[in-house]
Amino acid sequence: MFGKLTWDAIPLDQPIPLGASALVALVMIGVLAWVFLKGYVPYLWREWITSVDHKRIGVMYCILALIMLLRGFIDALMMRSQQALAFHGPGYLPPEHYDQIFSAHGTIMIFFVAMPFVIGLMNFVIPLQLGVRDVAFPTMNSVSFWLTASGSFLVTISLVIGEFARTGWLAYPPLSELTYSPGVGVDYYLWALEISGVGTLMAGINMATTILKMRAPGLTYTRMPVFCWTSLASNLLIVAAFPILTAVLAMLLLDRYCDFHFFTNDAGGNPMMFVNLIWAWGHPEVYILILPAFGVFSEVIATFSGKPLFGYRSMIAATMAICILSFTVWLHHFFTMGAGGDVNAVFGILSMIIAIPTGVKIFNWLFTLYGGRVRYTASMCWSVGFMVTFVIGGMTGVLLAVPPADFVLHNSLFLVAHFHNVIIGGVLFGAFAGYQYWFPKAFGFTLDERLGKAAFWCWFVGFWVTFVPLYMLGLMGMTRRMQHYDRPEWYPWTLISMAGALLILCGIILQVAQLLVSIRTRDRRREPTGDPWDGRTLEWATPSPPPVFNFAVYPDVSGAEPYWGMKQKVRESLKWGDEPKYTAIEIPRNTPTGFVAGFFAAATGFALIWHIWWLVIVGLVGAYATFVVFAWRDVSEVEIPADEVARIDRANRAARGAALERQPA
Amino acid sequence: MSSEAEFGTPPGGNASGHSTRRGVRAYLIGLGLAILMTIASFWAAQTHLIYGPGISVAIVVLAIAQMGIHLVFFLHITTAPDNTNNVLALAFGILIACLVIFGSLWIMANLNRNMLPMEQVMRMQN
Amino acid sequence: MSAADVSHAIGDSAPLGRGPEGHSHLDGDSQSTSAAGPAPRRIIVGYGFWIFLLSDIIMFSGFFATYAVLNGATNGGPGPAQLFDTTNVAIETACLLASSFACGMASLAVAERNRMWTQLSLLVTGLLGAAFLGLELKEFSGLVERGAGPTHSAFLSSFFTLVGCHGAHITAGLLWLGTMMAQFYAKGFRENIQHRFLCFSLFWHALDIIWIAIFSLVYLNGTRV
Repeated sequence: MFGKLTWDAIPLDQPIPLGASALVALVMIGVLAWVFLKGYVPYLWREWITSVDHKRIGVMYCILALIMLLRGFIDALMMRSQQALAFHGPGYLPPEHYDQIFSAHGTIMIFFVAMPFVIGLMNFVIPLQLGVRDVAFPTMNSVSFWLTASGSFLVTISLVIGEFARTGWLAYPPLSELTYSPGVGVDYYLWALEISGVGTLMAGINMATTILKMRAPGLTYTRMPVFCWTSLASNLLIVAAFPILTAVLAMLLLDRYCDFHFFTNDAGGNPMMFVNLIWAWGHPEVYILILPAFGVFSEVIATFSGKPLFGYRSMIAATMAICILSFTVWLHHFFTMGAGGDVNAVFGILSMIIAIPTGVKIFNWLFTLYGGRVRYTASMCWSVGFMVTFVIGGMTGVLLAVPPADFVLHNSLFLVAHFHNVIIGGVLFGAFAGYQYWFPKAFGFTLDERLGKAAFWCWFVGFWVTFVPLYMLGLMGMTRRMQHYDRPEWYPWTLISMAGALLILCGIILQVAQLLVSIRTRDRRREPTGDPWDGRTLEWATPSPPPVFNFAVYPDVSGAEPYWGMKQKVRESLKWGDEPKYTAIEIPRNTPTGFVAGFFAAATGFALIWHIWWLVIVGLVGAYATFVVFAWRDVSEVEIPADEVARIDRANRAARGAALERQPA
Repeated sequence: MSSEAEFGTPPGGNASGHSTRRGVRAYLIGLGLAILMTIASFWAAQTHLIYGPGISVAIVVLAIAQMGIHLVFFLHITTAPDNTNNVLALAFGILIACLVIFGSLWIMANLNRNMLPMEQVMRMQN
Repeated sequence: MSAADVSHAIGDSAPLGRGPEGHSHLDGDSQSTSAAGPAPRRIIVGYGFWIFLLSDIIMFSGFFATYAVLNGATNGGPGPAQLFDTTNVAIETACLLASSFACGMASLAVAERNRMWTQLSLLVTGLLGAAFLGLELKEFSGLVERGAGPTHSAFLSSFFTLVGCHGAHITAGLLWLGTMMAQFYAKGFRENIQHRFLCFSLFWHALDIIWIAIFSLVYLNGTRV
């Protein structure tokens, strides 16, 4: 009746997982109870859960990312503390548990923090920057989000019911095969990723179509903000790479569930084919993460230097070059696994070549700063911090791209430090910069600058204090994922690294404080014109938060920097143009399709993990029925009457007019 | 419709714009050519008239021809400028597919050449 | 003016390929796409689904790559030459090709808004697709009975998965086809249903393209002289 699921699945005999489960359960139940008792459920259902508005969905993606960041970071603290304690001792985490922690840490950080954060920012910003009302497929957008949420639900529930994979975040066979991982851990991993992978693929299709086929009149490709270009490249990579992940994880699932022999040790299976295919996905994946972050920095640096971005066309060329090249380097993740010198040399050289377009971008950002009137807001701090951190991380990457060097450093802590260097310094700093930059647009009030800068410094210093010791340890020979060790020369470095992690913890606490304080004092920091930073791109032409239809009329773009040109004309003439002719606007209707599909996906995933076959069928039938019900609806749009549109737009024009009068001549 | 010329034609063609008779003719030509190529493929695999190692090449060439016929006659993908985005997307997809397939083949062949067969590895462990 | 006004001004009055002033738009759609704002819905839907199809082709290429790498690993058991029946494959190919043609006829019928021909050609499409599926299932069960099921070797695992994945797509397509027939019957030729049918026909033709790759590279190449 319940497949493999029994009461033993709850870790009653293991204190740490039990404590963690209790904490998670308490928080979840507490939040749900508070929401229910305060009567927020109808509002949340109507305005957020069933929303197909890209702005709402973008915010939900970012909220998911930030919550999972806390979960993944706790894993990181546990790993650092275990290594700081486990010199000539067992530490406090037994190997079976420690293995789950580093696997969960990687899986959560990549799939449920970095991806949702980046997709959330793209979701929120891109239609606004393109001057359109929504993405190409709004309901599919909602489905994408809820499928990602289902995946993160499965990963979270593995803490409470059952276990997680012990294989590392990429689950190489033969360890991940049924013979060596007979429990449900790898199944949790596989189904969470397959489900959220479908969501991500749909988001990629959605965004790519939006950027290529939906832009405001006059917004040609070469007038698009660089953030849209990098997002286009990232989404094309999603469309190209995620199917490979789907295929290879499906093959591992077939091995585990149906006794197939793709990657087994016997019957002709070839475990290396898994490594090959998973990295054919894995390398484009890291570019999927970093390209939108590069876009954020392009926007932030241009805005806060008060100049247009230097070298627009070379930025586009570099971005598209990175897009194509990212599919030609994947072997550098397994130089040591038996390919000959010729294969290693070719991929090594390609891996070095791919650093060049990134270098072009760095120089463009530097030249943008040069000669500008630079304002060091918090997002600018994150950007400058990124430039320093990412360049060093990238250089260690080029070092690792040399196969003989990689033979020494593969799977050491040097490698771990390198990828954290580029992912934290690049993706996470970019996400935080974007969060600081676009928060006022999303919510109508700015975040506290002082706390933001304090958080940045804790993160920046904390990052280096954590990871420089790991570089040293890698060069000294310490392998990654060690549960205990006995070399005395490693010990002081693990302690320093732990201290760095605690500094980062301070940064996170400051960020939480920043959010709470800013919400509490929001009335003081409201920004009525919708343009707190004197921005250069179209999203700053809307009120904050933008109305559901984004633009009352489509902006007519005639110059290189669409919004900046408009603004300069207004400032010179000291008046806004005539009121446009307002017409009624049709917007897509909200629907529970996404949430219900996500619910059935989560149920199906859980059922597959625990072999509850009847529930699998119920889940699949339910998911199909959801789509048929959605397809059968007759009314797919809601009309916003022209007076309502006029009212909202007039209020914004008044606020901007007032600001114009207040500005010094 | 000129709106398609403005925005590109969707893959699969316009909703209207050709007469039904012309449409049927296009599909019939496509079907006929596809049948010819398919028969040629089956024949090529079994004939002794083609140099042995070249049979694989013949099959691949005929397969590509058949795919092209499908793309042009059934999916209405052409090289006209209103189809640029569709062709670019297709080219990108084909490029990635080729990188994955040929890259994997090259890498795995290299690995297999340099590594002991699995049975030997297992025997060494026992 | 709204984008709808703009596109109506340009769209309805001119024949294919020329703008309102009569000059041709042969300078490529990259510039002209944006001149009038977001593209019409049919183009957005068609292009989005086209990109999805390309992602599906890349997923199949993952399975193809695995088959190419593993098809020699027969674990001492039978290989392609011993197992594949080219006559059966020829019949399957004919079914799928005819099915694609019938789908093309359905596209024309939908454009004409002709209810009878739409339902008839969709029915033929579905029956031929079901025939294909039946033959494939028969082939699979025959192999399993001969002791050549997917659990016996890496070659067989990769064969069953590659061809089975295609079959699973055909099955999903048949489900979708049935739903489309029901929608046309219940709701007529509404625009968004036509868009969905555009996506279905793209899907169905793409499956035939993938089948070309499968029967050529797996079956014919595996049993060549």
